[in-house]
This record gives sequence, C-alpha cells and structure tokens, in this order.
Amino acid sequence: MKRLFIATAFFALLVLAWHLLVRAEIWSPVLLPGPAAVGEYLWASLLDGGLASSSWVTLKRLMIGYLIGCLAGLPLGMLTARSNTLNDTLGVLALGLQTLPSVCWVPLALIWFGQSESAMLFVVVMGTLWSVLISVDNGVRNLPPIYTRAARTMGSTGFHTLRHVILPASMPYVISGMKQGWAFAWRSLMAAEIYVTLLSGYGLGHLLHFGRELNAMEQVTGVMLVIVLIGLLADKILFSPWERFLHRRWGLNG
Amino acid sequence: MNDPQAPPAKLLIDGVNKTFRNSRGEVLALDTTTLAVDEGEFVCLVGPSGCGKSTLLNLVSGLDTPTHGRVLMDGNPVTGPGSERMVMFQEHALFPWLDVLGNVLFGLKLKPGLDAKERVDVAKYYLKLVGLERFLKASIHELSGGMRQRVALARALAPNPRVLLMDEPFAALDAMTREQLYADLQKISAAQKKTVLFVTHNVREAVCLGDRVILFSPNPGRIREQFKVALPRPRDINDPALSVLAGEITRALKSHTA
Repeated sequence: MKRLFIATAFFALLVLAWHLLVRAEIWSPVLLPGPAAVGEYLWASLLDGGLASSSWVTLKRLMIGYLIGCLAGLPLGMLTARSNTLNDTLGVLALGLQTLPSVCWVPLALIWFGQSESAMLFVVVMGTLWSVLISVDNGVRNLPPIYTRAARTMGSTGFHTLRHVILPASMPYVISGMKQGWAFAWRSLMAAEIYVTLLSGYGLGHLLHFGRELNAMEQVTGVMLVIVLIGLLADKILFSPWERFLHRRWGLNG
Repeated sequence: MNDPQAPPAKLLIDGVNKTFRNSRGEVLALDTTTLAVDEGEFVCLVGPSGCGKSTLLNLVSGLDTPTHGRVLMDGNPVTGPGSERMVMFQEHALFPWLDVLGNVLFGLKLKPGLDAKERVDVAKYYLKLVGLERFLKASIHELSGGMRQRVALARALAPNPRVLLMDEPFAALDAMTREQLYADLQKISAAQKKTVLFVTHNVREAVCLGDRVILFSPNPGRIREQFKVALPRPRDINDPALSVLAGEITRALKSHTA
C-alpha cells in the first residue's frame, strides 16, 4: 500500500513538473505540449477509436511476428547447443545477425515483400528470432549435466528428456531471452512503422509519423505515452508471472 | 562363486575395465575388475579420489559403458540406465523447477503400470519414510542440504529399484545431519532389502553402513583388499568397535596408496 502510494505520488509529481515547465513558456507549446493538451488528444483519439485501432494493428503485427520468432528460435537454439556443426554455422550466423539492429532489414524487406504486412512481419521476426535462439542455446549449453544424468537413471530418454528436463532446466535463460526478444521486436516494429507507411493498417508508429508531419506534438507525445504503457503492461502480463515462478522455484532474483 | 548350486550374484562385475581419452592420451580409470554382490548386500567402495570407485558405479548404473568386460544384473547384461538400478549423487541432482513431490514423482511417471493416484500415494509414502511428509509442496532451494539429500533418497527409492547406487551422497553434509542419515539409511535398506553399492572416501562411514568394505587404490584404479564387517546392526558411527575396524582399514588404505 505504501509502495503504491509512493509510486502514485512520484508520477503525479512528474506530471506536475511537466505542467509547470510548459506553463513557464520557456519553449513554444508547439515544441512542448502540456499534459492537458496531450490528455485531450488521447481522450479524443480514444473516443473516435483511432488509438485503439492503431494499437491493435501494431500489437497484432508484434504478436504474430514475436510468436513466429519464438517458435523458431526455441528449437533452433536447442539444436545449436547440441550440435557443434550447427553451432559453428547457424550459431555464428545468429550471433552476427543479433548485433544487427533489425530495422536494417527494412530496405530489403520492402524489396522482397513490397509495402506489405509480410515486410513488417519479417522485420519483427528478425528482431525476435536471433536473441531467442542465442539465449536458448546459452541455457541448454549451461545446463548442469547432472540433471540429464539423473533423468537417464530414472529411465528418461530422447524427447522425454528434452521436454521434461532440458526445456524446464533452461527456463531462466529462455525467459530472459524471450524478454529480450520482445524488447527487440517492439523496437524494430516501431522503427519500421515510422519508416514505412502501409495502407493495410496504421499502427502506432504511423501515428507518430503523421503527428510529426502535421506538427501535432500532442499527438506524438500522446502516442509515445501509449507505447510506454503497452511496454509496461506487456512486461507485467507476459513476463512477471514467469519471473515470479522462477523466483519461487529456483530462488533467483529476476 | 564357483559353486554351481549357489544363487547367481545380484550384481556381477565381470572382468570390467574403463579407459578414458583426454588431452594427454588414454587414461586407465579402472583396471580389470571382477566383483560379485549378493542380493540384499550393502557394499561400500572406499578409496582416494581417482581410484576408479565412481567410475565403477557409473558402469553399474549404465551411465557409462565399460571398455572391456560386462556388468550383469540377475545374469542379464546392463546395457544402459534403468529404474531397477537407481542412483543417488553427491550433489542432490534434484530438479529445481519441480517441488518436492514433483521430484519424487518424476521417476514414478516413467514406470508403467501406475495411475496418477497410485503414483502420488507411493511418492508420499517414501517422503514420509524420509521424514518429509510436511514438505510436499516446498521448493528445493528452500530445503537444507540434509533435507535435499532426503528428497533425493526418496526419489531413488520410489520406483522400488532392487539396486541402489550411491555416489558419496552424504559427503557435502554436516556431521549431525550425516549421522541421522546413517541411521535412516540402515533402517530403510534393511527393511526394504535393497542391494546397495555405496561409494565414499570416508572409512568410518563405510564401516558403519557396509556389510563389506572394498578398498580401491589409484593409478590405475583397482580393488586392493576387501573387509567383511560383521558388527551388529543398527550401527552407530561413534561405536568404539567400529572405530577399531575403521582404523585397521585406514592403515591398509595408507599402505596401498603410499
């Protein structure tokens, strides 16, 4: 309760400071819109459904791309951890591509897929896949061999060991990899949306882009707030339950 | 052994040796060894590190395969790990993603012929046997070292193996906890008539637990001497009679490794 109060007070003070700064009229309100103007934009945009539909378009792209990235990264990471050949080839490729900001894929994606949803999806998948792959690889590689040995003595073999020992044992790594993958996917999608206009749907990035073109900084600021909020919610909804589970079982801080 | 009327040994380690390859070439970890263990016998393997005792245990468990020779259980060659020979490791090797009950259930789920309720009943029975019936839902990291090894013991016992292979299971525990576990293990192995191979470098521990103590020496690892322990059970590790025999074995151990 006390913590909630402190957090609320902190953010209230932050908004107040913002408001006072705008009231001081050091910068033109065109450059720095106040919380009231931003609030007004958000309220209006909520009422006409524009914000919701843009958020939905963005989240749909993110979810689908992220899911594909995870579903591919998980088995591939397990494979590179278990095979030297795959590690020397696919593993090195993944390591290299992970360092590439995935927005760098946008020009190629546009040529390959056109100005389409597929191009967006491709960029998100590229943002997710490699970091998930590398984390899973790491997790499986750092697995204490005693777990699989113990499982073997109890009669566990092959797929059973994979499903019931290797996968859960590498969970701390897998979760942190999925979290990192999520962050990369989110960043790359925003960059791609600002960069490329798609007629098939306006996402949050497009709203930012249009806001800039229309010189509507209250729109830009408002959408930024929404993006932050979605990021926070995703963290709380998608990852916090897993991290709590890890903490309870492993006794880890994370 | 040569008497055709005698029942076959529960475990027969028949002319087994094991060579490992490392960066400096081949290392003979265990020289050619033959050893027969009777049904219900508690055999302790003692020796300094590198004497091949753990190697031998891994060969019996099926986690490793011998370079030459074979391991027989009830006359059948051991070809891999199996739940009729359960292993207890020095590190508890419990799974942190499962709670205490889940860990004991792991091996039971791999055993055919039990439904879900029976499995839980069996797991609870063994957890009660090791005195942990109140910790079914606890996470492994919440338990003390002694409690973890108790869970590991329950996990090893639950699939009802005929043979129990223990690789220095109490080495990392404090003396008080260890003594309690000596008492528990003697009680359980006597009641359940398990055949046990128990690896340790602690001679008193071996004398306290074993019907027979087998002495190993390193470079290359091999059996040097055997001692029958005829002391009455249950044994207390602080019993003077036990100390006398332990002293004798320790002297023999020193003479072989000097």
